[in-house]
Amino acid sequence: MLDVLKRVFGMSEKKSGAVAKERLQVVLIHDRASISPEIMEKIKEEIITVLSKYMNINRADMEIALENDSDSVALVANIPVNSMRHAR
Amino acid sequence: MSQILVITSGKGGVGKTTTTANIGVGLAMRGHKVALIDTDTGLRNLDLLLGLENRILYDLVDVTSGRVAYKKALVRHKKFENLYLLPTSQVKDKSAVNPEQLVTLCAEMKKEFDFIIIDCPAGIEQGFKTAIAAADTAIVVTMPEISAVRDADKIIGELGRADKENVKLIVNRIRPQMVEKGDMLDMGDIDEILSVACIGQVPDDENVVVATNRGEPVITMNGSTAGQAYKNIVARICGENVPFLKPQKEGFFARLKKLFGLL
Ligand SMILES: Nc1ncnc2c1ncn2[C@@H]1O[C@H](COP(=O)(O)OP(=O)(O)OP(=O)(O)O)[C@@H](O)[C@H]1O
Ligand SMILES: [Mg+2]
Repeated sequence: MLDVLKRVFGMSEKKSGAVAKERLQVVLIHDRASISPEIMEKIKEEIITVLSKYMNINRADMEIALENDSDSVALVANIPVNSMRHAR
Repeated sequence: MSQILVITSGKGGVGKTTTTANIGVGLAMRGHKVALIDTDTGLRNLDLLLGLENRILYDLVDVTSGRVAYKKALVRHKKFENLYLLPTSQVKDKSAVNPEQLVTLCAEMKKEFDFIIIDCPAGIEQGFKTAIAAADTAIVVTMPEISAVRDADKIIGELGRADKENVKLIVNRIRPQMVEKGDMLDMGDIDEILSVACIGQVPDDENVVVATNRGEPVITMNGSTAGQAYKNIVARICGENVPFLKPQKEGFFARLKKLFGLL
């Protein structure tokens, strides 16, 4: 019953003001660091070059992004490894 | 010591010209000698907000190009005799005035005026660069809306890169009922995101439209909430410590929600 009431009054959903704040915080990290998609792409390519010396990575499924946790910024990369290369 | 303020925003239509007119009138009402310079060349509006559109003979471009002395182009306000407007050209474009020209002009005008207030065009191109060049304080106007805040952040960055250290914020068109419902960014959110000293919170107020229709800025209207907010801004510019207005009484939904909160 309370749940229904809450939904009716929009309490269970996050308020649009709070959504706006979160979206702004994330978008401003990119704006302020002024990392353009081109530069992000370049960073990605360089990481691939370095990592490829040691392992075979799955480029297609690779993800890299700046992420904003509550009070810190992180460059988060998810790079699937297909196989390791033998040490030279 | 005279001050040169630029009113800027990045995003268009957030209230720069309205803010310029009201701060100008407010400072003049306090006895300061004030000059307003419209730098929105090609899109002249400040004259309309002040009711001075029929008294313009020369404009900013005539002055910066050396055709007439600035004193000849100034339009004195009928009612507020300490207030002068230097209108801009309605036919030329933003490239007609460059930053050096405005710096030179303001240096000369500074000898005569307590405050020079520059109304900046929207955007971050040449018009913006010209408008901010001479200013020692920048007032960034924004609205509690995601794109306006983002653009304000961009402008704050640009001001930093231009070595403008004195930056203040005005948040315009606040709708207290929406803030209360949680459906509008509130001052705390905006403070946290932009971290620039706030000197004004102006509510959305129909009287602003009425005032604009008449060519008499809302600061002259008693009983208007926006007018009161502008009076407070002017007091803060003059160094007074004025508390911010309390948001108006809470809406029906807020009370209802509180009631359910008790269950
Ligand atoms: N506090 C307010 N309450 C209600 N309406 C407002 C308020 N402030 C500004 N407005 C209205 O918003 C519109 C835009 O205001 P204004 O022309 O001052 O913005 P601007 O930033 O100078 O725009 P531009 O970027 O085009 O120069 C006007 O119609 C004005 O009347
Ligand atoms: Mg304007």
